[in-house]
Amino acid sequence: MLQSLFEIRENEPVARDVWRMTLAGDTAAITAPGQFVNVRLEGRFLRRPISVCDWREGELTIIYKVLGAGTAEMTGFPAGKTLDLLTGLGNGFDPSEGGDAPILIGGGVGVPPLYGLAKRLLALGKKPRAVLGFNTAAEVFYAGEFRALGCPAVLATADGSLGVRGFVTDALPEDYSYFFTCGPEAMLKAVYRKTKTSGQLSFERRMGCGFGACMGCSCKTVTGFKRICREGPVLRKEEIVWDD
Amino acid sequence: MGRLSVTLCGVGLDNPVIPASGTFGYGYEFAELYDINVLGTFSFKGTTLEERFGNPTPRIAEAPAGMLNSVGLQNPGVEKVISEELPKLRKCFHKPVMANVSGFSLEDYARTCALLDREEQVGWLEVNVSCPNVHGSGMSFGTDPAAAASVVRAVKAAAKKPVIVKLTPNVTDIVSVAKACEDAGADGLSLINTILAMRIDLRTRKPVLANTMGGLSGPAVFPVALRMVYQTARAVKIPVVGMGGVSSAADVLEMLMAGARAVEIGAANLTDPYACKRIIEALPGEMDKYGIGTLAELTGG
Repeated sequence: MLQSLFEIRENEPVARDVWRMTLAGDTAAITAPGQFVNVRLEGRFLRRPISVCDWREGELTIIYKVLGAGTAEMTGFPAGKTLDLLTGLGNGFDPSEGGDAPILIGGGVGVPPLYGLAKRLLALGKKPRAVLGFNTAAEVFYAGEFRALGCPAVLATADGSLGVRGFVTDALPEDYSYFFTCGPEAMLKAVYRKTKTSGQLSFERRMGCGFGACMGCSCKTVTGFKRICREGPVLRKEEIVWDD
Repeated sequence: MGRLSVTLCGVGLDNPVIPASGTFGYGYEFAELYDINVLGTFSFKGTTLEERFGNPTPRIAEAPAGMLNSVGLQNPGVEKVISEELPKLRKCFHKPVMANVSGFSLEDYARTCALLDREEQVGWLEVNVSCPNVHGSGMSFGTDPAAAASVVRAVKAAAKKPVIVKLTPNVTDIVSVAKACEDAGADGLSLINTILAMRIDLRTRKPVLANTMGGLSGPAVFPVALRMVYQTARAVKIPVVGMGGVSSAADVLEMLMAGARAVEIGAANLTDPYACKRIIEALPGEMDKYGIGTLAELTGG
């Protein structure tokens, strides 16, 4: 983990209520796709944990959904503004696992970390495909970006306004070697039930600190209690214990 | 004795800054960020006799100038704390540590304290009396002077190290609880624990916290904490550790002026992992501003 200042390069909408922010700063602490940053907002007590969409030396991209007053305020941040970030948080996905033809299953703002993952899977010579789910066409983003990488992407929308009508689980192919997924918990549960292979699931929780100190985001697993922010947010399918 | 030195129940501290229980784990995670030996000491994660997961999630919510938590004392249980956590702590922290203990019966408190009392690195036992008393209709030990005193007597009979009782602010008169603890043999008091609070999510029309209610901490509670520290410190002879929303060197001085001997810092660690280090570094400059030569001038030792 590293605490450092980043400067906003770009901050623009990519779909309805979904914004992309590119930030310049020290990205050395980021070691895996699926890790997150924790953004300090002036006048708000808790930082905002947001997954990293992509990064390279000196620059990272986050994609955030406007959910409350804090994220609404972020949409007004101009290029050049400085933000205090904790970077390199969480375990992230391990792209080395799971064979040559993994499927990436993303829902809503669960899609962004899969983009950084797709890049790294391709760099390992794997052939990932993506299934991306959204509520409606106006909320769809990044399908083109996945395809531009060379990762085929199938879309599903709940209202059928674009792609397959239904959920990501209605658009899964038959043959894949492994899965990586990130999205709302109801989607993760559906993916968990529908998939036949092993895989890695990235969870979201309300967090206090984001770096393992407060125990606010703990969950139960077959190997004991884990902190979503520290031992997570990515859990292996085999270790998951659902709450209900 | 340095400018920042203070004494807490006969044990010297290089400075009065103490990360509060539940915001600093067992220390070693913060030791990856900075040398935690700069701290006066720290109070480790609240430890109970048996392992606890705590309350269901969500168990964190935001508030204006603060946060709510309903973590519910997640910890691996005292035996694992001693066998697994303390050895890791020993490698990165070379000062006496404050062992924070919670329980649900007098026997729980006594057994947990007796086990931790034997650990060489434990300098103080900080006994949290905010948990519900399972044998006393679920009411918190700390909300009743007689019940709080019974915990103190049970712990004092089981342990030799100084016992600091951590008081809840969720009472009509914190001074009466403080005095009862002093009379029962407590060596010190720490206050305040979090203030009972709640938030509702407008979208779902339901409480944000799965547990409905949780404890408020952060700068929002600082003036309340300061008032209670002031009232308590004037009423008892034993040292008082002040806490509640402390987030700057100026806040530390204010707490000491209110009568605290040392200061715990909680929520600030969660938004700025370097908070305690920065506050310690800022203290001499802040003291200079107000013509304070040594902190002992404020605390009396």
